[in-house]
Amino acid sequence: MMALWEILISASFWAAAIRIASPLIFATLGELICERAGVLNLGIEGIMVMGAFTGWFAVYLGLPLWGGVAVAFASGMLFGLLHATLTVPFGLSQHVVGLGITLLATATAYFAYRLALPQVTSPPRIDPFQPLPVPILSDIPFFGPALFTQTALTYAAFGLALVVGLVLYRTPLGLAVRAVGENPAAAAAQGLSVTGLRMGAVIIGSGFMAVGGAFLTLSAFSSFFFDMVNGRGWICIALVVFGAWRPGKAVLGAVLFAAFDAGQVRLQQTELGAVLPYQLFLALPFILSIVALVIMSRRAEVPAALMVPYNKGER
Amino acid sequence: MRLEAIPNPSHLRRYGFPALAIAATVLVASVLSWVAGAEPFATLGLIVKGATGSRLAILETLNRATPLIFTGLAVAVAFRAKLWNIGAEAQLYAGAVMTVVIGTSAWGVVWLQLPLMALGAVAAGALVLLGPVLLKTRFGVDEVVTTLLFNFVMLLFVSWLVEGPLKDPMGMGWPKSTPIDRDLRLPRMVEGLRLHWGFGLALIAAVLVWLMQARTVLGYEIRAVGQNARAARFAGIPVNSVLVKTALLSGGLAALAGFSEVAGLKGHLTRDLSPGFGYTGIIVAMLALLHPLGVVVAALFVAGIFVGADSMSRAAGVPTYLADILLAVALLFMVLALGLSRYRVVWK
Repeated sequence: MMALWEILISASFWAAAIRIASPLIFATLGELICERAGVLNLGIEGIMVMGAFTGWFAVYLGLPLWGGVAVAFASGMLFGLLHATLTVPFGLSQHVVGLGITLLATATAYFAYRLALPQVTSPPRIDPFQPLPVPILSDIPFFGPALFTQTALTYAAFGLALVVGLVLYRTPLGLAVRAVGENPAAAAAQGLSVTGLRMGAVIIGSGFMAVGGAFLTLSAFSSFFFDMVNGRGWICIALVVFGAWRPGKAVLGAVLFAAFDAGQVRLQQTELGAVLPYQLFLALPFILSIVALVIMSRRAEVPAALMVPYNKGER
Repeated sequence: MRLEAIPNPSHLRRYGFPALAIAATVLVASVLSWVAGAEPFATLGLIVKGATGSRLAILETLNRATPLIFTGLAVAVAFRAKLWNIGAEAQLYAGAVMTVVIGTSAWGVVWLQLPLMALGAVAAGALVLLGPVLLKTRFGVDEVVTTLLFNFVMLLFVSWLVEGPLKDPMGMGWPKSTPIDRDLRLPRMVEGLRLHWGFGLALIAAVLVWLMQARTVLGYEIRAVGQNARAARFAGIPVNSVLVKTALLSGGLAALAGFSEVAGLKGHLTRDLSPGFGYTGIIVAMLALLHPLGVVVAALFVAGIFVGADSMSRAAGVPTYLADILLAVALLFMVLALGLSRYRVVWK
């Protein structure tokens, strides 16, 4: 118990939690945008792999770090376009298409990596984003090192949450996106293009998923390796449900989840880690996600038209 | 644009679009091998030759198809009821664990112990899927996410088992389980050929599932629930109980993949027993249009691609991930082709 308390009051623990939460925030917001418009995007896992690869590869080839982020975003949009084309105008199964996109994006990223670097044993490294202390704020004891000594991409993740929240709830565009996710027929009667809005949401959302993946290679690990996304995409889908489809709550969920993740790594080094198998600690995030889903599902406010394709002239 | 349902699609429509999908997949594969610096058609030829070119290659393809038939059937059965079981990987491992647990306990009664290994595996796999399905029917928790997330939990559980309780003391420290007894291995189908009875069992399972779907009340109910759960409930079909039965069947089938891999091929359990057979089962089922007998054909096709790509990669230097891309593209094109064979696109 003492060990747990010591972990909770250390600034480095919270700094790690915020860091771990950042890629999840990008990808969760991306998924949230898709689902708010009525499309479940199971391509998330693969799109994150693709973003992790393209972002890293662009920087490896000499682009600046933000150029890498832009490339990742573009690659995510490309796969988003494919997903959106198949699921929105053609109304195909969002489950099957999503899983297909995950497989396609993952395999394409691995294929391209092997093709570009056939003979590497240890993955090449790039110079990742460095911590950027915010003037004045980073000098605050505890909060400074925990919250305000992060990389630029982390600040961007939290900034994005604010922007997504504002756009969704304070602009006509956000209202339109929510409308096509709740009642597409009514939205169409108002003169909104259901197809256009849904496709746009999936394309932009997929771009953010890819940036979440790029965070792993450009800010967290500095190189690309196989299986590095490791289920984070699926966890983000759970986080959207946990956050009741609201950006603010989703960010809170991501930070909470990341705190558990950072906590399990530290707990492994305590006397608990000597007694319990390390696999239990590693499984904890996945088990927690399932538990969170069960608790939240009772009062989830699912977008009413989620997974329901819309076809003009069909009631 | 909008889609207009076609009441009675012509044969040309029904078979033409899937054929186009296959042609388009071949085209994409050719372009990718060209990008990889290889002769496009030579690459495809090497894949076909690697999968079917020799007796050894064919046996390897059949062996690789065996677990895919089981996981493909598991997915096909579940998807038919619109039960999105993405957890065949976990159920496969549950079956493998049970096979090893029963297969390494000393009984001395082989004729009883081998069937019990299979039954134990089925029970374990069924139980693993029962959890997410009860969460779905009781609390409305989406089974896609829970089954997906549980795959990771199961893999870590297996990792612990092979490093701890089930670890082979003679394994020189490798994380693998104690092997099951020689007498408890599935026999070969033909003496002298490296093909075990797991393959035969998979074929029997496919026929049984087909009969179940075509001839029994449960088969009819599963179809009704999949087509329209609300209408099925209105018609007096106990939807939740049908979903639970489907889950038990689906989980059990996936677990048989684990049973057959351990008892037929490997003899012991490792963390990498399955290179994603559970996930590949989804592709197999979709390519088979969820038809149980089609699953056998699709599994042979998919296994052939993997086996062929391995040998092609050694010969032509194109990364083996080409096989995964090929299958993903085939899956997406096939889903699109199916849509287009039933709907007409109207531009206006």
